Amino acid sequence: MVANVQSILDEGIAALNATNDPVELENAKARYTGKEGAITALLKQLATLPPEEKKTFGATVNQAKQAFEAALTARRETLAAEKLARQLAAEALDVTLPARGRASGGLHPVTLVQQRIEALFRSIGFEVADGPEIETDFHNFKALNMPDNHPARDMADTFYVEGGEVLRTHTSPIQVRYMLDHQPPIKIVAPGRVYRVDSDATHSPMFHQMEGLWVEEGVSFADLKSVITDWLRNFFEDETLQVRFRPSFFPFTEPSAEVDVLGQRGWLEIGGCGMVHPNVLRNVNIDPERYTGFAFGFGLDRFAMLYYGVNDLRLFFENDLSFLGQFK
Amino acid sequence: MKFSENWLRTWVNPELSSEELAHLLTMAGLEVEETESAAPAFDNVFVAEVLSTTKHPDADRLNVCTVNVGEAEPLQIVCGAPNVKPGLKVPCARIGAALPGDFKIKRAKVRGVESFGMLCSGDELGIPDGVDGLLVLPADAPVGTPLRDYLQLDDQLFTIKLTPNRADCLSIKGVAREVSALTGAVVNAGATPPVAATIDDQRNIKLAAGTACPRYAGRVIRNVDQAAPTPDWMKQRLVRAGLRPISAIVDVTNYVLLELGQPLHAFDNAKLQGDITVRFAQQGERITLLNDKDVALDADMLVIADATGAVALAGIMGGGHSAVEAGARDIFLESAYFAPEAIAGRARRLGFSSDASHRFERGVDFGEARDAMERATRLILDLCGGEPGPVIEAVEQLPARPPVALRVSRVERVLGLALPAARIVAILERLGLSTTVDGDTIAVTPPSYRFDIQIEEDLIEEIARVYGYDNIPVSISVARTPMLPQPGDVRPKIALKHILVARDYQEAVNYAFVEEQWEADFAANTQPVKLLNPIASQMSVMRSTLFGGLINGLKHNINRKQDRVRLFEVARVFHGKGADQQPEKIAALAWGPREAEQWGIARERIDFFDMKADVAALLAPRVAQFQPVEHPALHPGRAATVLLDGQPIGVLGELHPKWVQAYELVHAPVLFELDVAALLHARKAEVVAVSKFQPVRRDLALIVDEDRAAGEVLAVLQEAAAAFVTEIALFDVYRGKGVAEEKKSLAFKVLMQDTHKTLTDEEVDAAVAKLIRRAEAAGATLRV
Repeated sequence: MVANVQSILDEGIAALNATNDPVELENAKARYTGKEGAITALLKQLATLPPEEKKTFGATVNQAKQAFEAALTARRETLAAEKLARQLAAEALDVTLPARGRASGGLHPVTLVQQRIEALFRSIGFEVADGPEIETDFHNFKALNMPDNHPARDMADTFYVEGGEVLRTHTSPIQVRYMLDHQPPIKIVAPGRVYRVDSDATHSPMFHQMEGLWVEEGVSFADLKSVITDWLRNFFEDETLQVRFRPSFFPFTEPSAEVDVLGQRGWLEIGGCGMVHPNVLRNVNIDPERYTGFAFGFGLDRFAMLYYGVNDLRLFFENDLSFLGQFK
Repeated sequence: MKFSENWLRTWVNPELSSEELAHLLTMAGLEVEETESAAPAFDNVFVAEVLSTTKHPDADRLNVCTVNVGEAEPLQIVCGAPNVKPGLKVPCARIGAALPGDFKIKRAKVRGVESFGMLCSGDELGIPDGVDGLLVLPADAPVGTPLRDYLQLDDQLFTIKLTPNRADCLSIKGVAREVSALTGAVVNAGATPPVAATIDDQRNIKLAAGTACPRYAGRVIRNVDQAAPTPDWMKQRLVRAGLRPISAIVDVTNYVLLELGQPLHAFDNAKLQGDITVRFAQQGERITLLNDKDVALDADMLVIADATGAVALAGIMGGGHSAVEAGARDIFLESAYFAPEAIAGRARRLGFSSDASHRFERGVDFGEARDAMERATRLILDLCGGEPGPVIEAVEQLPARPPVALRVSRVERVLGLALPAARIVAILERLGLSTTVDGDTIAVTPPSYRFDIQIEEDLIEEIARVYGYDNIPVSISVARTPMLPQPGDVRPKIALKHILVARDYQEAVNYAFVEEQWEADFAANTQPVKLLNPIASQMSVMRSTLFGGLINGLKHNINRKQDRVRLFEVARVFHGKGADQQPEKIAALAWGPREAEQWGIARERIDFFDMKADVAALLAPRVAQFQPVEHPALHPGRAATVLLDGQPIGVLGELHPKWVQAYELVHAPVLFELDVAALLHARKAEVVAVSKFQPVRRDLALIVDEDRAAGEVLAVLQEAAAAFVTEIALFDVYRGKGVAEEKKSLAFKVLMQDTHKTLTDEEVDAAVAKLIRRAEAAGATLRV
């Protein structure tokens, strides 16, 4: 009789392990521990047995039932694990497929360079200023110490609009407007579009300049050299960059200088600067005896060309996506 | 200003190499833009004489020559040049010579005849003379002299880019003065001794233009041989200065101009009548100039006049009638000073410039006129012969050179460099400025040739220049750096650009001047701001919209086979010329598929609503209203004006089909253009308490007429919404089964939530019923 229990248990466990899904498993379970199940039948037999047999047989049957239920639980877990494994395998993705949706665009190289320079100057307290592009003769020339017929007007080939106004030939009129509205200390950079009658691989009739101005008591040419040198070294990320200041002439600064940096092919002219001319300060109601200052102007397009190694300025104005798309 | 270094060194000869001299000038503000050799490198080339020529036995075009190179035995040289003949002086490259282009001369047999060198053309030596054949040297060229020495070919041609303030350096004499000031080397040349008159012929001179012409010297020279050749040394210096030799008289005036910086003019004396008067032109007076231009003169133009009228435009150009032409025997030579303010801008107004006007408008040394007259007379007599009359000179009030006060303390303030007074004085004196020291102040008097020294800063610049910009310290003396304010309700322009970049737009930059047609097409602007001097006709007006540039950019990229284009630009537009009529705009264009072609998304074309999301992103957290609008650039049924707080701030829409066709764009792009100023306002978030109570959602489907705007229906609902309605949003638009023709169903979700309690069904039902009532009152019916 006990041997019979063991064989029923062995059969039952084999039946459980032969199942492949929860329904089969429950059916198999019912065949042994259900109402009409084989193990349930053994338990029912107990009542018919004499007390001395009841005890030992009862213990045997209960062990068998526990063993069966343990096997049942194990099989359930196995089946669940197999099911999950199948689901995961079915759900696997080719993670190398490209991402869905939109990529991002990019800023224009001149904007990128402008941001970089603005950030450097903001870090030493320069604000960003702006102004109109159709300018009056006063703001573009006269206030900057360039009276009518001044030969320096030849230096800028000016676009005129009907009525005698000009397209600003430099960002310097922004200085004028700012100084008319503010008293020192004044520290600004002023980026913007400027216009000159000129067009070839290195000249565009419209291009970008960045103007800088610092007017305060005690600002000297030594400060000018310091700020510009510091800026250029930080911009080009070269602590040993050679920067040279060379005497020049601008009607609105005195002394005036051209700034050169030493590149691989010799000195490269990159901008102009100087101490703000006392006439300019007087024109904007700032006392040149009390205040001194310096101003500088640089071509942003030229900086972008140097920074990114672009040789043809015209690429900046063609809006060709195969060029612009490189500036992400 | 271009000149021969050798010429300069005859005036001043510092112990510096050519490179050092160029660097010195550049670092002193006389930027040497270029130095080029007068001739490329070659050696072993000598002045030689062709003694005899005989035909080569085996070649028709070759001659066998005997050539004297200055040695006992002449050389036999085979020569193919057509102009070779006995007696000619020519360059001869001897065996061992290296010619330009790495061409080595070796002993050779030419068709069986031995040749011991080569006779050279100008081209072969890198000094082209335009002659086909050998370079013919003057008959008196000394045989055996190295050609480089004879032609002074070891010379550098300096090109100096002079700033407008340094007209005093527009001559050899001026540059020599500067070199002397910078190096201490002595200037060699002095004034020409006056040439005594041998005849009495003269013309009276009247100055009738006040300070515009306070000095005028004139002299008659008779019986000048104009056909006399210009000597080679003079021609060479002219050519190396970039001038073309013309005739002896013209060459002399040009030579003196280059040497001393004084423009001169020679008239045909026979064509002049009576006295010479310097006066301003009468309004409407005309003159035909040497360049054949017939010009009408303005009352502020200075003329030289004789008894019959204007004969020259003073300081700018002579008249054609009185020009010295071939055959003229007597000349009247002018050497004068014209004030810059009387010359400046006039030539430009007439559409040309000249060497004379370039100098006079920047300032010519008013002390030089007499010496230049004597120098030119001397040269003319030496070259062309002739009999000089006396110099008649009229002088009135010459420009004053008042002393300029310079404070030693101010030098330090401006330069950040403390220099002792003695050092400052030494620098100024070396520049030819005279000084008187009085305590902290130095009174400085500039010489007649310096027009650029009028104020203290002019002197400080001179000191800095000569002291050396390199030697000024690099130091920050002002260290105060107040923190910049960062207002919380403003965002920088770059933030807008970053939003569009994140939404896959590439930034473009277009010219501000555009084709007039674009303004008409895209802005219906028939009165754009026009340029008076556009660089090209398609860049003739200032744009009032950024659309044209973006559409042009689209076309450019379509032509380069791009199938998806998304561009934006931030720039000013021009509604007028005033500072407040040039607002900044941000505009974008999208064309082609919504996303770049990919495996996971159906390929769909971008449309109005895609771009509406871009506009919304630029405005967030603020919310705009959109209303249909007529816009010249846009599809009338697919265009909206963008309203913020009821104010229009821009437009959004699909390009009008007629422009799609006219500009050949295949299919329509969607565009928007908004005011930058309206977008820079940033709103600080207003935080409200988060409700702890359950939200309730009810959906409403409303049937309305097909042409009813969803926005209007939404506005009606929002107007009717109870205080606890937190959101009403349209989530579906349905047409078809169950909805009548000409009707559509709009499905809204209504979210309700109270901050203080859970909403009861009664409250919710009442709120929804009110929405329905109002919607029905506005013409909608509830879809059931």
